[in-house]
Amino acid sequence: MASIRELHQQLVSKERSAVEIAQEALNHIEKTEPSVKSFLAVTADHAIAQAKQVDDKIAAGEEIGPLAGIPIGIKDNMCTKGVKTTCASKMLENFVPPYESTVTQKLIDAGAVMVGKTNLDEFAMGSSTENSAYHTTNNPWDLACVPGGSSGGSAASVAAQECVVSIGSDTGGSIRQPASFCGVVGMKPTYGLVSRYGLVAFASSLDQIGPFSRSVEDSALLLEAIAGYDPKDSTSLKVDVPSYAKSLRPDFRPKGKLKVGVIKETFGTGADKAVEEAVEKAVELLQELGAEIQVISCPRFQYGLPTYYIIAPSEASANLARYDGVKYGFRAEEGENLLDMYCKTRAAGFGPEVKRRIAVGTYALSAGYYDAYYLKAQKARTLIKKDFEAAFAKVDVLISPTAPTTAFRAGEKADDPIAMYLSDLMTIPVNLAGLPALSIPCGFDEGGMPIGMQIIGNVLREDQVLEVAHVYEQAAEWYKRVPQILA
Amino acid sequence: MSISLDEVRKVALLSRIALTDDEEERFAAQLNDILDYVEQLNELDVEGVEPTTRAIDVSNVMRQDAHSTYENREGLLNNAPDRDEDFFKVPKILNG
Repeated sequence: MASIRELHQQLVSKERSAVEIAQEALNHIEKTEPSVKSFLAVTADHAIAQAKQVDDKIAAGEEIGPLAGIPIGIKDNMCTKGVKTTCASKMLENFVPPYESTVTQKLIDAGAVMVGKTNLDEFAMGSSTENSAYHTTNNPWDLACVPGGSSGGSAASVAAQECVVSIGSDTGGSIRQPASFCGVVGMKPTYGLVSRYGLVAFASSLDQIGPFSRSVEDSALLLEAIAGYDPKDSTSLKVDVPSYAKSLRPDFRPKGKLKVGVIKETFGTGADKAVEEAVEKAVELLQELGAEIQVISCPRFQYGLPTYYIIAPSEASANLARYDGVKYGFRAEEGENLLDMYCKTRAAGFGPEVKRRIAVGTYALSAGYYDAYYLKAQKARTLIKKDFEAAFAKVDVLISPTAPTTAFRAGEKADDPIAMYLSDLMTIPVNLAGLPALSIPCGFDEGGMPIGMQIIGNVLREDQVLEVAHVYEQAAEWYKRVPQILA
Repeated sequence: MSISLDEVRKVALLSRIALTDDEEERFAAQLNDILDYVEQLNELDVEGVEPTTRAIDVSNVMRQDAHSTYENREGLLNNAPDRDEDFFKVPKILNG
């Protein structure tokens, strides 16, 4: 499947219609879905109807934006009016949102064509998409491996070219880690740049929506379309959205001006050798391309993970209190009274990982433990943030591996929560500090599985993150490799 | 710190999640693993450190306290597991 720019060119030159492009994507989905299973629901009728509107506009001589007619997948934790939004939970099996999330509304306004709702770990809690209540998703590079998570469906759908781009959400790495595992680009913007209105809340001080794509330019174009101030989100930032795509350049000009810091603590701490070597090689290439490289220490980086596993479950325990079997969603039938109905509804409606996190959060926030856990974690969060502030006083962007490993095999970590949590070691500190970061393919391991490099920017410096990623991508050319199932 | 079966039961009730005996045992073990893991934070000196509640500071967002009518009333009510005309219906609240 072509890039956004190529498809846009085909549309405006009337070489192909939006309906033809949508139909091609739907046909491809029909072929690949039995093996990859990226989607919880394919919205074929919806896609054709949206594509027709784009074709009508073109026929009427109206100007169309870059995203018009572009097939896109939406993570199934974003509310789509009239289209089921399940969060991959039994709890929301029949939930049909009466309203549209800001992000999907912006995409509709831009003419993007939603081809389906993508699979995820239940309520975005997980790192492998194995926590979906419906089915697992398989990694397009090796179907026996997980696609990462929680936005595993969004990452796999782009890697399998079932859509051109997709949307995910990232609370502790849920865009970047699956992007790394699936060999695609995935970006978490600055906290507050993209509205969370209509995103089903997991941990509200960390959640952020962002793009997946095969090229940096496509992520830049998609980010432009979804970013911006929204009065419906009280944490939305009142900032102008720059044209990220237009400012992408083929090289660093002037050379030596861009300062890249490599985070010392993300090397030699248990990451796969292949992962470390690939990122080191990528850094060498950036240096050859004219970036100035420094080694930077973020001494409290490793405390991100324990900090996160107090803060995120605490916020989740409060956010998920709303699933009570009264206003929407699943209700267990045999409740004797209201309390009994709540307890049975939540027992049957939530999967094990969601229950585990609600329990941890409830415990951490309960009387007598607040200071020892939640307050301490919030203070640790301050220290982690300060390390980043000190780092960005010296460099423009920071680099680390995105994940300590490449995609692991399905079932390998399913019974060991801590082992699963460790795959978010490198991505979590970024959410705690609210920074923008992107994962870009930077090589393959011996088994042919993709490796991702994380590029972290200062607050609202998405432009610099994208610039570095784009220059690297054009020089390294990893995008030329595609999964076997597409060959 | 170690979490007992009784504490797991208390947390389950506070969370409004009914657990089976098996789940209680498994959760006690897993919660202990998670709490052991986060104990690492005790290595950090947080004396005098201000807590961070959100990553990017935004000042209070104010708006007029004006009411408006929500148009999609049926859309909201239709999602309810049980309704009685314009009301959400629930099981009896008190025993007896």
